[in-house]
Amino acid sequence: MLNVLAQATGPTPEEMREGLKAIGAGLGYGLAAIGPGIGIGVVVGNAITAMARQPESAGMVRTTMFLGIAFTEALALIGFVVFILLLP
Amino acid sequence: MNVLALDFPPVSHLFEWPAIWFDGTPFAINKTVLIYLGSMLITMAIFLLAGRKRESLVPVGIQHVAESGIEFIEESVVMQTIGPEGKKYVPFLTTMFFFILFSNITEVIPFIQFPANSRMAVPITLAVLVWGIYNVLGVKAQGLGGYLKNSLFPPGVPKALYLIVTPIELVSTFLVRPFSLAIRLWANMVAGHLLLVTFAVLSTVLWDSTYVGAVAPGAMLILMTGFEILVSFLQAFIFTILTAVYIGGSIHPEH
Repeated sequence: MLNVLAQATGPTPEEMREGLKAIGAGLGYGLAAIGPGIGIGVVVGNAITAMARQPESAGMVRTTMFLGIAFTEALALIGFVVFILLLP
Repeated sequence: MNVLALDFPPVSHLFEWPAIWFDGTPFAINKTVLIYLGSMLITMAIFLLAGRKRESLVPVGIQHVAESGIEFIEESVVMQTIGPEGKKYVPFLTTMFFFILFSNITEVIPFIQFPANSRMAVPITLAVLVWGIYNVLGVKAQGLGGYLKNSLFPPGVPKALYLIVTPIELVSTFLVRPFSLAIRLWANMVAGHLLLVTFAVLSTVLWDSTYVGAVAPGAMLILMTGFEILVSFLQAFIFTILTAVYIGGSIHPEH
């Protein structure tokens, strides 16, 4: 009787842990990508506006834009690193 | 991992290479080390060959490559971030740019197809080197007290806010910077390599089962290869420009 019940209860704690880890890794990366996605959009959008208004300053704007992207992107990359660390 | 009946190799198979020579010693050489040695030799060869004495002043061939590289770093990195007094850092930044570029670009070169910077060792070494350089330059330019004061207590902030600003600046300037610099390069290369491997595996599997099915992932693989060429150039550029920004920030502080 108990044996049957134990079989019917579904995944073992070991399997649950694996599954939860996968969910956590996937959700972690997905959530970490939201903010930087919006942020990079804002950075590039404003850089394009600046370049369109003052084409002569395009070089400086482009350099600063890459800087802004690099700083914003770091957050998404940390999410990606956590994803890699949780995955195996 | 087994997703939808296709065998995706485990992540460790994609990034860990067995030693080729000197196995078991600290000097074991594997594919990653060979790529780094190769990119070091190519970087050295370009600038040594370009630096030879020439008959004419018109740059041709390899000299042209070296000169446009130096000019690119000088115009779009150093002049934009440090200013004219940063010209003495151009050789360092140029060498670092080309070394990182060559060890990234192996990601898309046929038969190598592995970005050496997707192993953490060299990015973190370069980042710690940069960290040491900008701290030493800051102390040299402003003195120890002045450097700490300018980086921990940025001017123009209301007094009460220093309670929040100073710990943040302490962590971000002295602890997080080298890690974020290294992780930015490393994680971009890991992500790119994983992306290319995913589409390559998908194309192979679909080619084996249904010939037509491989068209979409194959086209995507070609597109992504082009995108990764851009990314490996961009990451080398961003590493260089951030180094220049950090050096610039420590040799002339904000007023």
